[in-house]
Amino acid sequence: MDKSLHGAIALVTGAAGGIGRAICAQMQDAGAIVIATDLATTKPDVPCEIYLQHDVADPARWAEIAKEVEHRYGKLDCLVNNAGYSIVESIEGTSLDAWRKVQAINVESILHSLHVFTPMLRKAGASRPGGSSIVNLSSVGGLRGAAFNAAYCTSKGAVKLFTKSAAIEFGVQKWPIRVNSVHPGGIETPMMFGIMDRYVELGAVPSIEAAQAGVVTSHPIGRLGHPEEIAAGVVFLCSPGASFMTGSELVIDGGFTAR
Amino acid sequence: MTQNGAHRLSGKVALVTGALRGIGLAVTERFLAEGAKVVLTDLKADDDPEVAPLLARLGANASYFQMNVAEEADWKRVEARVRANQGALHVLVNNAGVDAVCPVDQLEFAAWRRVMSINCDGVFLGIKTFTPLMTESGTAFRGGASIINVSSIMGIVGYIDTTAYNASKGAVRLLSKSAAIEFARKRIPIRVNSLHPGFVFTPLLDIGMQRYVDKGAAQKVDDLIAGLAEATPNGRVADASEIAAAAFFLASEDASYMTGAELVIDGGWTAQ
Repeated sequence: MDKSLHGAIALVTGAAGGIGRAICAQMQDAGAIVIATDLATTKPDVPCEIYLQHDVADPARWAEIAKEVEHRYGKLDCLVNNAGYSIVESIEGTSLDAWRKVQAINVESILHSLHVFTPMLRKAGASRPGGSSIVNLSSVGGLRGAAFNAAYCTSKGAVKLFTKSAAIEFGVQKWPIRVNSVHPGGIETPMMFGIMDRYVELGAVPSIEAAQAGVVTSHPIGRLGHPEEIAAGVVFLCSPGASFMTGSELVIDGGFTAR
Repeated sequence: MTQNGAHRLSGKVALVTGALRGIGLAVTERFLAEGAKVVLTDLKADDDPEVAPLLARLGANASYFQMNVAEEADWKRVEARVRANQGALHVLVNNAGVDAVCPVDQLEFAAWRRVMSINCDGVFLGIKTFTPLMTESGTAFRGGASIINVSSIMGIVGYIDTTAYNASKGAVRLLSKSAAIEFARKRIPIRVNSLHPGFVFTPLLDIGMQRYVDKGAAQKVDDLIAGLAEATPNGRVADASEIAAAAFFLASEDASYMTGAELVIDGGWTAQ
């Protein structure tokens, strides 16, 4: 069996979430050595080589993690910025603190990651077919607006354009690092069900059943996605097969944004 | 679904238009390497001296039919043969395309129509003709059947002296989304997505660049291609195999939740 990520050192943030866990599992199956990070202090049930506690909004912790990766492996082939946070709240009801927390976790974390990992990604990319790969998890919320999601959509839109800027900046300097964003639609994860609960609390929909039906209907394919269907896209972007892809958006949304 | 490489399209039948050269040939080779049966179509006659050696090289899983994608009768004839010979179609790659380099005020209406008929009508006819067979075939695999329409970065952004090509590729982009929504809403098990390559080393690129040279835009084709590489953020044009890898991903069960999407493979061209 051909392993498209054979021997690649990969870091995945938000590894304990629905999508994060599936990414770790598939990257490992494809032959990667997975460094999983998340908020929990003890290792959650995630397939990985090592697990590190990690608040992605904390630049000091990013520096420590980079030191650890440098010490153990001396390079990084794949960086998956998957950790994310969402609040479902009206604009009037969104406090500046809550807004800033969303931007800190979803957007600033990516800046921190590049501050500390760019040298190791350059090093790894120089000897890897297709170069090294950064995958930033945006969302369909980075392509379309949604009621009660102003902070989240703002953050995911920022991830989309940050990704493109980084792709061009690295490209023009001939750095062997590709940078792309992934845009999942509604996926069957605890975060998605939490969002639907909030729609009910806010009175946007009468019941959780109505919320689920509404979300399903908004996806022409007629169902929510599975975390594995997002993970497969991430693995593709990290593989040498995606060697000419940089600054692109991989939309995996059951037709949500094609409408 | 986590397995990579080896025969991940086993049991699937694919049809690739414009398969004798460039991206179409690279897609064909990749699909064959992944275990698919591939029906190649292109303009050359079935008994053209170029075809037999190619089929011999590609092996027993490859077959060829002459067709003009702009002719509905050709599509019907090919569909009947595929139905009779293979009995299924799981992947349709609408790749055949032509360019036209000309200032808009000098572009003959006939030239415009030729580009639109091959690049846009051809995709419509392919989808229309094969929807029944692909609907039957799509139930056999998770994620259903897959239609991959080769658009271009020129379906997203404009370029100089390229109105007909731009218009045709923009049309393919939205045609893909429309078919994707129609099938998804009706629970027809066919996913439809568009591919948007940047500049790729292909005969079509050479021909197109020669037209710019003929119009005095440069001394030679190599200079223009070097210029394109320089204008691409990652500093080079693509190899056709890099587009084929993306087509393979869309054809595979890994892309089961992707429909109506655009896969852009452009070295950062449209990220600018």
